Amino acid sequence: MAQTSTPITTSENSQPPIIEIRNFDFAYGDSQALFDINMDIKEKEVTAFIGPSGCGKSTFLRCFNRMNDLIDIARIKGGEIKISGVNIYDKDIDVIELRKHVGMVFQKSNPFPKSIYDNIAYGLRIQGVKKKSTLDDVVEECLRGAALWDEVKDRLNESALGMSGGQQQRLCIARALAVRPKILLMDEPCSALDPIATAKVEELIHELKKDYTIVIVTHNMQQAARVSDRTAFFYLGKLIEFENTDDIFMNPKNPQTEAYISGRFG
Amino acid sequence: MSAQKAPHPFSKRKSRQAAFESFTTLFFRLATYAVIIAAGYIFFNIAYNGSKAVFMTKAPFINIAFLTQKPQTLHVYEPKEIYDELASIKAEILSSKAKKAALGSGAKTEAAAYSSQIETLEERYETLDEERKEGRLMYSDSEYRALPEPPSEELYAYNNYAYSGGGIGPAIIGTCLLVAGSIAIALTLGVLCAVYLSEYSRPGRVLQLIRLSILNLSGVPSIVFGLFGFGMFVLFFGWGVSMIAGWFTLAIMALPVIITASEESMRAIPKGFREGSLALGASKWTTIRTNVLPYALPGILTSSIMGIARVAGETAPIMFTAAFALRDQLPWEGLTKPTDFFFQGVMALPYHIYVVSAKIPQNEYTRNMQYGAAFVFLFIVGFFALSSIILRVKIRKKYKW
Ligand SMILES: Nc1ncnc2c1ncn2[C@@H]1O[C@H](COP(=O)(O)OP(=O)(O)OP(=O)(O)O)[C@@H](O)[C@H]1O
Ligand SMILES: [Mg+2]
Repeated sequence: MAQTSTPITTSENSQPPIIEIRNFDFAYGDSQALFDINMDIKEKEVTAFIGPSGCGKSTFLRCFNRMNDLIDIARIKGGEIKISGVNIYDKDIDVIELRKHVGMVFQKSNPFPKSIYDNIAYGLRIQGVKKKSTLDDVVEECLRGAALWDEVKDRLNESALGMSGGQQQRLCIARALAVRPKILLMDEPCSALDPIATAKVEELIHELKKDYTIVIVTHNMQQAARVSDRTAFFYLGKLIEFENTDDIFMNPKNPQTEAYISGRFG
Repeated sequence: MSAQKAPHPFSKRKSRQAAFESFTTLFFRLATYAVIIAAGYIFFNIAYNGSKAVFMTKAPFINIAFLTQKPQTLHVYEPKEIYDELASIKAEILSSKAKKAALGSGAKTEAAAYSSQIETLEERYETLDEERKEGRLMYSDSEYRALPEPPSEELYAYNNYAYSGGGIGPAIIGTCLLVAGSIAIALTLGVLCAVYLSEYSRPGRVLQLIRLSILNLSGVPSIVFGLFGFGMFVLFFGWGVSMIAGWFTLAIMALPVIITASEESMRAIPKGFREGSLALGASKWTTIRTNVLPYALPGILTSSIMGIARVAGETAPIMFTAAFALRDQLPWEGLTKPTDFFFQGVMALPYHIYVVSAKIPQNEYTRNMQYGAAFVFLFIVGFFALSSIILRVKIRKKYKW
């Protein structure tokens, strides 16, 4: 897989990609999880990752903010990921700065067992922001941004764990927004939510698209179709197809994609 | 109406399995009751006998002198008449018993006669003994010295008993100081170590080995820790028999429990909190400080304080390192410079109990001291345990998931 295959990109939109992935190989110990992935992700678009379970979507997503560093056996076998033109696996990369730049929302919502206010303020407090007025402003702005303000404005000091599942997930999104990332990674953010909560989060993604680049992993075809501009289909650790969402759902080029989308496997 | 009900699919049936089931249940229940009864007996015994030393029937109901004074020699004056009569009755009982034992197996009637004789003698002895208790005069050392003149030798028989008068004040203070200091040292060291083991070290064989050896350390007999502390702190570091040597010895002894428990509590914190924090751009230490330790704290505190409380009851580790059998000054008295505070030996309850019950002749008065000291010690341990539980509940309320 040495040849530099041309990245699979979509034609229009001429601005440079915010995330460039080139010949990316990734392994857990001896078992390779991602094979030679090439991909360009454009700024302020929603990119959806779909594919059967275990195909490496989460693994790939967690490479963008180097969350895989936490796993001892995880290894980059080759290739690179550039964000805004910088290789994020370079030696002189400060992972903390990278993670401020690339926010993440996890599949299982994980609000801290603190108050709603403290959850949102956390990202700023650890950066040393102490001023109450600044924190107040950011908390309100982020909660509004996550369409949660009206529901929780009267109980900011109550534990975040007293919220409903959908509210908790939106809180996690708000929490990620507070550090003002450029890119927001979401790993199956709606997998534990009911249709109404899901609709709210999807609406939110639509809103956030104006300011953020969003990469979302989902198992829900309709959701991918509804929220994303582009969709990438993965299979067994390989990127099979990456197209405009409309194209990939209307007329997939690859027969495997077609089979997966139409529900014949996966 | 005892007409047989029609059997239905769920009606109870006798079967071997059902019998076995109820048998096992009974077995578990019996085992539990046995434990409860044994523990209850021990606590009741200590509380019952100890409360005689600690509480009084007159106001202020608590024997302040016992809790604050130093151990002293007890001077006892018993009414001479009664004293002498008691001695003669005792001799008679003994001789009757000896005669009875010397009888052959055939002499049933004579044996019965001796038995009844012994019985009456014993009854007499007991009533006299009560009288003796009422009539006796007891003075602790300080009171004794303050007497204008001792009671007359003609009316009273005099005896004195070491360690049986006064109280256990310095031992209470010493134990509290020892416990507090070793908690501080053990918690700091133990938590640092546990943080490193659970959060920073790479999992693998070496880590397993380290964990196993730490765990095994808690099985080492306490006397070994005592000797280690003696060799290391008292001799090698030249601290002498001192409070600080005791702190470190006790702390090291409690470390295995604390490290193991802290590590467990930290590993029980869901990974999501760590990931969530790191993904927001927190450094590893910030994550641990804000999103691991606070949630693990209830578990760490409870197990640590319990661990220390258990260790604080050990005599062996402080016997060579920190404890004095008797010390006239309180820890803050007679210091020439502040550091002297750490380099002085102290009295401690467990060692005091040991001394009073094993190192000096036993009598009715030492018994009182033993139980009193044990009761107070139980109380102190209970206080530490209770405060740890309260602390735990408080923190747990703050961070609940
Ligand atoms: N921590 C890990 N250690 C070892 N192997 C792992 C680890 N995490 C994931 N894998 C393996 O990597 C492969 C890809 O896993 P990944 O979680 O990325 O799949 P996924 O596409 O996100 O699946 P799902 O849709 O079920 O979440 C799987 O075969 C999995 O077994
Ligand atoms: Mg996944």
